[in-house]
Amino acid sequence: MAEQKKLAGYLCTGCGIGERLDVQQLTTIAVREGKLASCKTHPMLCSAEGVKLIRDDIDAGQVTHMMIAGCSRRAKIEAFNFPTVAISRANLREGVIWLRPNTDANRETTQEMANDYIRMAAAEIKFMSVPKSSGQQELNKRILVVGGGVTGMTAALETARAGYPVHLVAEEAQLGGVWNNLYKRVPFRAAAIDVVRNNDADLPRPEDPGIADLTAQINAESLITVHLNARIARTSGAPGRFTADIAIESGSTVTENFGAIIQATDYKPYDASQLPEFGYGKRPDVVTNFELEKLAKEANGAPIKRPSDGKEVSSVAFIQCAGQRSEQPGHLPYCSGFCCTESIKQALYFREQNGADATILFTDMRTPGAAGEDFYRCGQQSMVTFTKGKASAVVQNGAGLKVKFKDLILDEDTELDCDLVVLATGQIPHNGPDPYAQLAVEEAESEEEKAAARLKLENAPPSILNLDYRQGTDLPHLRHGFVDSHFICFPYETRRTGIYAAGPVRRPMDMKQAMEDAVGAAMKAIQAAENAARGAAAHPRVGDLSYPSFRKEGCTQCKRCTVECPFGAINEDEQKYPVFNESRCRRCGTCMGACPVRVISFENYSIDTVGQQIKNVEIPDEFSEKPRILALACENDAYPALDMAAQAARTGNGIELTPFARVIPVRCLGSVSLSWITDALNSGFDGIVLMGCRRDDDYQCHFVRGSAMAAERLSKVGDTLQQLKLETERVAVYEVAITDIHRAPQLINDMATTIEKIGMSPFKF
Amino acid sequence: MMAKREYSFYPGCSSQKGASSSNYLVSAQSVCAELGIQLNSIPDWNCCAASIGYAGGGELPRLTLSARNIALSEQHNPGQPIVATCAACWLSTREAAERLKHDAQLNAEAKQALGEAGLTLKNETPIRHMVEVLIEDIGYEELKAKVKKPLTGIKVAGYVGCQTNRPFGIAGESYENPKYLDKLIEVLGAESIPTYEKKVQCCGGALAFSEPEKSQEMIKGIIEAAYDHGADLIVTPCPVCQMNVEVYQDQINTTYGTQFKMPVVYYSTLMAVAYGRNAKDAALGGQVIPAKKLEGIAGK
Amino acid sequence: MGDLNQAMIEKYRTSFLKEVEANVEEGEWVKMCMQCGVCSGSCPLGKFWNHPPQEIFMMIRAGKREEVLTSDAMWMCTSCYNCVVRCPREVPITHIMHGLAHYAKRLGLTPKNQPTAEFAQRFWNNLLKKGRVNELKLGVSLYFMNGIGPGVKTAIKMAPVGIGMQRTQRMSAMELFGGHAIKDLKGFHAIMQKAQELEALRIAQYSVAPRPTA
Repeated sequence: MAEQKKLAGYLCTGCGIGERLDVQQLTTIAVREGKLASCKTHPMLCSAEGVKLIRDDIDAGQVTHMMIAGCSRRAKIEAFNFPTVAISRANLREGVIWLRPNTDANRETTQEMANDYIRMAAAEIKFMSVPKSSGQQELNKRILVVGGGVTGMTAALETARAGYPVHLVAEEAQLGGVWNNLYKRVPFRAAAIDVVRNNDADLPRPEDPGIADLTAQINAESLITVHLNARIARTSGAPGRFTADIAIESGSTVTENFGAIIQATDYKPYDASQLPEFGYGKRPDVVTNFELEKLAKEANGAPIKRPSDGKEVSSVAFIQCAGQRSEQPGHLPYCSGFCCTESIKQALYFREQNGADATILFTDMRTPGAAGEDFYRCGQQSMVTFTKGKASAVVQNGAGLKVKFKDLILDEDTELDCDLVVLATGQIPHNGPDPYAQLAVEEAESEEEKAAARLKLENAPPSILNLDYRQGTDLPHLRHGFVDSHFICFPYETRRTGIYAAGPVRRPMDMKQAMEDAVGAAMKAIQAAENAARGAAAHPRVGDLSYPSFRKEGCTQCKRCTVECPFGAINEDEQKYPVFNESRCRRCGTCMGACPVRVISFENYSIDTVGQQIKNVEIPDEFSEKPRILALACENDAYPALDMAAQAARTGNGIELTPFARVIPVRCLGSVSLSWITDALNSGFDGIVLMGCRRDDDYQCHFVRGSAMAAERLSKVGDTLQQLKLETERVAVYEVAITDIHRAPQLINDMATTIEKIGMSPFKF
Repeated sequence: MMAKREYSFYPGCSSQKGASSSNYLVSAQSVCAELGIQLNSIPDWNCCAASIGYAGGGELPRLTLSARNIALSEQHNPGQPIVATCAACWLSTREAAERLKHDAQLNAEAKQALGEAGLTLKNETPIRHMVEVLIEDIGYEELKAKVKKPLTGIKVAGYVGCQTNRPFGIAGESYENPKYLDKLIEVLGAESIPTYEKKVQCCGGALAFSEPEKSQEMIKGIIEAAYDHGADLIVTPCPVCQMNVEVYQDQINTTYGTQFKMPVVYYSTLMAVAYGRNAKDAALGGQVIPAKKLEGIAGK
Repeated sequence: MGDLNQAMIEKYRTSFLKEVEANVEEGEWVKMCMQCGVCSGSCPLGKFWNHPPQEIFMMIRAGKREEVLTSDAMWMCTSCYNCVVRCPREVPITHIMHGLAHYAKRLGLTPKNQPTAEFAQRFWNNLLKKGRVNELKLGVSLYFMNGIGPGVKTAIKMAPVGIGMQRTQRMSAMELFGGHAIKDLKGFHAIMQKAQELEALRIAQYSVAPRPTA
């Protein structure tokens, strides 16, 4: 395999590159300085003819490593898809000509910019190789679904129907889980359209919960194996080769191998005994929304009776947001999202079965889901009274109850007599302990924070997955005990690759949403098993075959990589050396950025691929008035933002980029090695701009923690600057969103302005 | 000459001789003559109760008023859509037609009441506003082709008001910013003010009588905004709007110290002048505040 | 009138909303209000309402019968229909306000000297007489509705308006003597008589109160 590298360059002169730049100069640099064997040009390299030019050279064995100079690496990826060779891309179109004004005065600095990108790409390619999968993979199509509720049942069915065998593990003695108590469910459909006064005809009504039907479907599905009264005693391995010990009722254990795992453990009802103001626990006629379903089930269509004396309920009050959306201790700070429609449904029980007056006291009525607004309308049509009011207390009133509340429309304190009060309480995620709970105690910055972290650690629930991972037994949490998964961009992905979360364990939701969630997670689990079989990465670097390797002889066993990997991909062996589980790896390079001795690398991304680009930028002398600014831009958001800025700049909206910038895309800010910063400063760069994704709880980082890790490491970069006797303003770290098309170039331009103020770096050679 | 278009015409109380919008009728008739529109009055039509009859009349008696007009139209002008020039007449009649279609009990009762005078209601007749006839049946192109004296150099604030615009409005127009009146102004060669922010502001309607202070405060805003945009005159499709905005200007001037003298004309007056009709046909004599610029053009 | 009010109170003791549904024009829509308040913010005379529509709807549901029906609020409606076209629930708010006003009048609960209520009744009486509105008579009766004193004052204030209208032939003194009328007055009156009877009957039917037997 140690064949000689055959280097060649291909320069596209289309899209204005030929007109704006001195092509002769570029090809000369590629060959003389870049040491490429050749640098061919073509007026439209992405055309069939241009692609054939490259393809022929590859087929003739003339090239194994190539530089393509032309458009951004994010453009024309289908045309320039040559999986057998290593490719670097010099971004002359978006990176240079589109972001620079086409004037004589600018011609020289624009050419210098392009020259440098040629040097950088030529340097980079020498340190790349074609990634190949390790060859240790095999296809394991079996999927483990943990959780026997509607979410888990749906996930199991969807997976099996796609042809993948499933083991469904349920804690309970029967399928249905926490949803089993439901008398009816919130309808799954909206009103029909195209009927006269369509808003109010054919309104959706409460439906059969459908658990029996789902159970029958599962039992009829030959690819599904159900384990009842069972739990997971141990899970080890990685996508494609998970091993799970399933402890079953008899006390014995079943061990199975899986390609991927879905955790669909649903929710636990909120403990309403923390709501003494509403008399819960003291007055039997104050019940939670979960308990009311049991009463309705008992009544089975007949009038619902109040628990205290069995009287048929003739008036009922629902208190929305009970113990929710409140920062009070013991309350849930979040909205559980399902309780508004749930209360409408329950109020309809009383309207239909009891003919009772039903009043819903709400502060904000929110009705997500298919039936949503139509179901609200259905409640209104059925004479459920919706009162915008905030309940403060429930007191005894003879044999009945009295709800004290403030009417928020009429702005007055008032009260309501009723037979029964239903508290619309929320969902608690049924999740295992947060593996980072201990770390949170250690890293707490204030006593208050520490106390909160300790409380969480002490009250940690029992494990669900019992992962045999160095980083802990269960899926990491984000907030309030919910699994850390990105709400919008990658909802089912967790921080444990190949293990997907679905349903209310991820965020609070109703049955319909949980079932939709299950479908998504099933799809992701199948993908994960298939990707693992090919040795290819999952989201977001889907299909990437590279994986991290390390030079054992240089490793100091510092464990930073194993701790900082956001996905728990790295275990440790007995001597505390890292053990990379490539199929758990998302290829972000956070380990590479963490490694103080620079021994971790990927075949196509390493300390050298970026370091050599930095080294090969030509640094003009101190008196040239041509500073150099290094911009390391995350390939997920910041780099696309710059590309889009370039597209926007073409339409003449005043966007431009300083010609002194040299932009290098990085996989994640978390992969940035501090050595790149020090090397750049030492070699005479005047300023460095680092652009990563938003990193707080509402993070946009595609690798969840990469950007945050980088920020923490870079917080110490000021010390380095002071050691070098450089101004701290020379290094700036920003959060950049993909939509920041004006701001992204501006941040780099701001650095140019800063340098104008503070002067050039003294480190020029 | 094109084929005559025939409509069953509902003139309404205020268009009668010596009534507050008799000038509207005169100018509308001139325009119809120019465009080959034949209006056949509904024989013995009655009042629609407008938007204020509700309190005394309640629901069924009020709806029955309109039902009688529809029944008469269907009897005497069969097959012809009913056309009203007055916003309130149009709204009440159309509203009654729709309510009776949707409410079986009211429908039965209204029919029973009509039976007292031997009338039958089929309720199959479209109820339309004159503006709909002009825009939808004639079209801007033809409306433009008839212009003999373009109203060049006149800046006109198109005041649509409420009831020609809500709740039915003209098909395809927005409730918040209808554009047909501006288009019509442009078609006639005048300059429109598309950004006239009071174009759908309420003038107080019938409450101009019962709550004059409150209404005049709103009317002041309507006129003031027209002045702010440099308007020479205000044009409107609604008799109540026309009267309210025109005739209280002296009182508003007394109350607020303003010096308003803003002519308020019907679109039909504007059209009649542009179509080359004389001041009498355009009913310019009906302006309490004379529209001098239009008089100038009409007199040429 | 007072009797009808009393009958209604007894019949709908538990639910003013049901009373409104049964007796007020488009009243069955009241329950569909979702309390967003767009109507209140869209009303041109909103600042003069002691209870804007959103509040009126809430008060109906809260059973504040007396307060709603004696309110000045719905008499402020100019019938501009702004609330109707903006209501996300397509509640016919204007009609409900009209309906509430009429129902209050029917029960004799209209506030004393409510000018719009007075005007509206005169308008109705006026049109009922001849089948068409006699604007002059209506105007004169309106300006004298508060008695001779204020009427003269209003008439003096309104005189210039009248003069302008007369000059432009948009008002005719002849209207005071006779004026416009429909031809088939007899038929018209028969129709209206019947319609009024039917409406009264419908409400009376609903108002048969279940009186407690001794």
